[in-house]
Amino acid sequence: MSEPARPNPDLLLATIQRDERAAKRGQLKVFFGMCPGVGKTYAMLAAAQTRRREGTNMVVGVVETHGRAETEALLKGLEVIPRKAIEYRGVLLQEMDIDAILARRPQLVLVDELAHTNAPGSRHRKRYQDVLELLDAGLDVYSTLNVQHLESRMDVVRQITGITVRETVPDSVLDQADEIEIVDLSPDQLRKRLAEGKVYWGERAATASENFFREENLTALREMALRITAERVDQELREVMRTKRMGVPWKSGQRLAVGVGPSPFSAQLIRWTRQMAAAMDAPWVAVYVETSAPLNDDEKTRLTKNLSLARQLGAEVVMTTGDNVAHALLAAARENGVTQIVVGKPLGNPLLEFLKGGSLATRLIRGGGDIDVHVVGAEKTGHAHVRRRSLAEWIGSNLLRDCGWAVAVVMGITGASWLLESVTGYWAIALLYLLAVVLLAMVLNRWAVLLAATLSALLWNFLFIPPILTFRITHVYDAMMFGMYFVIALVIGHFTNQLRTRESAERRRDQRTTALNRLLESVTASASLADGLTRAVREVDALFVARTTIILSGVVHAASTFQPDEKECAVAAWVLERAQTAGRFTDTLPDAAAIYFPLQTANHKLGVLGARMEDRATLTLDERDLLETFARQIAVMIESYQLIERAQQARVTEESERLHRTLLDSVSHELKTPLAVIRAASDGLDTQLAEDAPPLAKTFLEEIQSANRRLDRIVTNLLDMTRIESGRMPLNVEWGDVSDLLESASNQVANEISRERIQIQVPAGLPLVRLDFGLVEQALCNLLVNAAEHSPATAPIQMAALLDGSDLVMRVVDQGTGLAVGEEEKVFGKFYRGAGARPGGTGLGLSIVQGIARAHHGTVTAANNPTGGATFTIRLPVETTEKPV
Amino acid sequence: MSEERIALIIDDEPPIRRLLRLALEPQGYRVFEADAGQLGLQEAAARRPDVVILDLGLPDMDGIGALKSLREWNQVPVLVLTVRDRESDKVAALDAGADDYLTKPFGTAELLARLRAVQRRAPSAHEEPVFVNGDLTVDLAARTVTVKGNDVHLTATEYALLHELVRHAGKVVTQKQLLRAVWGPNAESQSQYLRVYITHLRKKLETDSKQKLIKTEPGIGYRLVPSDA
Repeated sequence: MSEPARPNPDLLLATIQRDERAAKRGQLKVFFGMCPGVGKTYAMLAAAQTRRREGTNMVVGVVETHGRAETEALLKGLEVIPRKAIEYRGVLLQEMDIDAILARRPQLVLVDELAHTNAPGSRHRKRYQDVLELLDAGLDVYSTLNVQHLESRMDVVRQITGITVRETVPDSVLDQADEIEIVDLSPDQLRKRLAEGKVYWGERAATASENFFREENLTALREMALRITAERVDQELREVMRTKRMGVPWKSGQRLAVGVGPSPFSAQLIRWTRQMAAAMDAPWVAVYVETSAPLNDDEKTRLTKNLSLARQLGAEVVMTTGDNVAHALLAAARENGVTQIVVGKPLGNPLLEFLKGGSLATRLIRGGGDIDVHVVGAEKTGHAHVRRRSLAEWIGSNLLRDCGWAVAVVMGITGASWLLESVTGYWAIALLYLLAVVLLAMVLNRWAVLLAATLSALLWNFLFIPPILTFRITHVYDAMMFGMYFVIALVIGHFTNQLRTRESAERRRDQRTTALNRLLESVTASASLADGLTRAVREVDALFVARTTIILSGVVHAASTFQPDEKECAVAAWVLERAQTAGRFTDTLPDAAAIYFPLQTANHKLGVLGARMEDRATLTLDERDLLETFARQIAVMIESYQLIERAQQARVTEESERLHRTLLDSVSHELKTPLAVIRAASDGLDTQLAEDAPPLAKTFLEEIQSANRRLDRIVTNLLDMTRIESGRMPLNVEWGDVSDLLESASNQVANEISRERIQIQVPAGLPLVRLDFGLVEQALCNLLVNAAEHSPATAPIQMAALLDGSDLVMRVVDQGTGLAVGEEEKVFGKFYRGAGARPGGTGLGLSIVQGIARAHHGTVTAANNPTGGATFTIRLPVETTEKPV
Repeated sequence: MSEERIALIIDDEPPIRRLLRLALEPQGYRVFEADAGQLGLQEAAARRPDVVILDLGLPDMDGIGALKSLREWNQVPVLVLTVRDRESDKVAALDAGADDYLTKPFGTAELLARLRAVQRRAPSAHEEPVFVNGDLTVDLAARTVTVKGNDVHLTATEYALLHELVRHAGKVVTQKQLLRAVWGPNAESQSQYLRVYITHLRKKLETDSKQKLIKTEPGIGYRLVPSDA
């Protein structure tokens, strides 16, 4: 029974996520051609003009017209962002001004010649990196590209045309393009255009025509361009079918692996694998096997380059260790579910390879089992050159010195043996030599040990085995001894040596692990963030012989051991913003003095770690990996400290809030209880006072009551002010009716202002608003009391409310004395009392109104009316219900 | 005076207790006092008061805590006295079972009016089928409403809301109580509904703009204003 075809959920998710990412990212459209002169720029500009007519907001980032008139004509009406001049060795180079474009934020940017290499000192080494940044910023980009600039086709192009292309673009960039438009022209037509001088002028046209633009070249390039486009269409189609559940099987279910080393062919192999993987629609891994053999600086650089090439081309990079490369490669391949391995054709000395148990390819094939092995031919040229140079280097450095030591030690032993021979006999000398070889194997390299073993064997034979001073051996047992000595010396020497190198590789790895462990330990043991950072910086400094800086929220942390200048800080800022490693040893901003890693956790960008290593020319991949791991650990530490700090802060705030509230409660209790007693007592007195009581008694009572009310208001105001000042006045917002609010405010002050004096105007059909009604009511009460205090006893007070846009505007208008000149702001000051104010106020009422308005993110203003009196206006931004009620 | 009513005052301030006693006794109350929460609870059990006046600031326990303990076994009307101005405290007291609150300092007349209101038995369709309050008449059995003798047509929700206010006539009813009673326990945060229906209800019932029938207590809830207050 077959299960109905069901789309793989992971794949669907990946497709959806890519769609989502694409939705935020800008769209990239590439005008793709086989070679210069086919009219890519023309096609791009023509498309841009169409978009412009549709009203797209666009700019020209950079367009090279090469003086072609028809192309230049198409530039008309397009806004061109002026290029930025970058000085390099006294020459002013013009480059695209990416910052100006980002600041301008158009919808679409035209960026010609994707493969262009930027002038040194630009932010990115390559223009395509600029384009990726623009896309990340959400800008759409139109760009142009020729097939020969595509990284994976570089070798093929060289084979076809004999020209090495230096300006390349990783295939992954083209893969990211949302649309590829092929700009096609038949080779005949192109050559015609060339002849007409539409591509190059004058002599250049002639040379071009003879070299690059030969018909067979053009045909091959054209085919390549068309094939790439076709492959892509095919892939898109497959993807569509996959999401639409059309039951199309994965083309292969295959997974490819390629062994990557420091050799320059590795790059070729990587490109080849990428091409094959793309054609098979299969994922691929690049495996680097670290052996015990040390790499020189050149090799390190090349290895790093090769691995980053693989990464750029979309491979997953896997690192493993082992002296048996074939073995380690196969193990890594099995671990990663690889079905096919790509290796280079053996090029080394067949004899040597036979001794090693066959070439890598042979050993892979033998041990591969069900893994298919592709053996790919590589070009020889680059290789021999490199070999020679590395040989010369070897001789220049370790080898010669080690061999010197080997000879010297063997000679020394020989001298000593000469003296000892009479005592020990000549067989014992062999053991002495053996001891020397073993000891030498522990310090010298393989070739020197081989030399020591051979030399000692010969010397033994020549000087000690009778007949002496000849290489002849008369006795069979001597011959046997000599043969055995030779073999034993070689084998022991070799194994001791291997053991040692393996041990040192192990030690290096161990060092790394220890360093990481130490970092983790010191970080966990740290008492504070500053302490932890200081320790972390110390670890990085010691391990990498570096000086380190840590920048957190734009500030260089005190633990840093180098102070980045303004330019370096700009690099760091870029790293933080894009959450990408950049600076020295990278392709982004490589002119920086240090390399910068983002300090980020899953949720937060926290800062930047910069490491400045002046004494070295390269940073190997695993060193970079280690630094990245450090950065991650440091970021985790920073975040955990921040969390702790936040939690502590919250606890402190909570505690102080509780204290504050307790204090306020007890103060209001202490103050208000006597007020309540006075109030109740005077009320009681009022009911007890007979109608015919002396008039003076009534007057006294009224005085007591009014003073009591006044005192109550002062106490209330003081307490409110304290609460507002403390900044701990949580808003209790809720939906409510504005007319209701005004009504209840006027009721609230009924004791002091008779209800008839207050005129309320609220337009019918106001929607509900969201406010802290308790507080706003209090603000209105204060305004009403203020208005009453400054007006004649019976003068009406108007209170009005209306919606102005999304602002609720409430006014209290009195007919009193109005404000003195310049008082409009001052009246809201604490304890400010107007010149004409009657005694009795605290000068707090209006400050409280202001505090309440501000708590609602609103304002309160005061102004004189043209007809006398003052108007106080509270304006609060509010949420409203859609429909009026 | 048909029968003597018993009032229990739980407050730690002697002058307040004394003055409350002076205000209440002429009104026919027999007054008992307690100066702390524990004692107050014991007194409430022993004296079986008809009304309790409870201060929220007690020396030995939080007033709201005392109220909650009381409510575990006793449904006596409780009037809460508070010096706290924060609405949230008042709402907390009301939600804990207080029938109404008064902020210190308060007038004696107001106190007596509130006491009357909290002791008024909630009208029910069985015993007191017709509720009259000024111009408003609500026939709880027939579920009809008239204002000045004119029939007023209310929707089911409007009637439910009015019924809840009538049940607590003169007392403040918190938004939460109203929402729960009318819309069910899940609607407690939907204060928008409440505003809209209160507005509708006012439009239909408050024919005379001077006479407010439903009073808003900002930040707390609503009160059906008794005509005699």
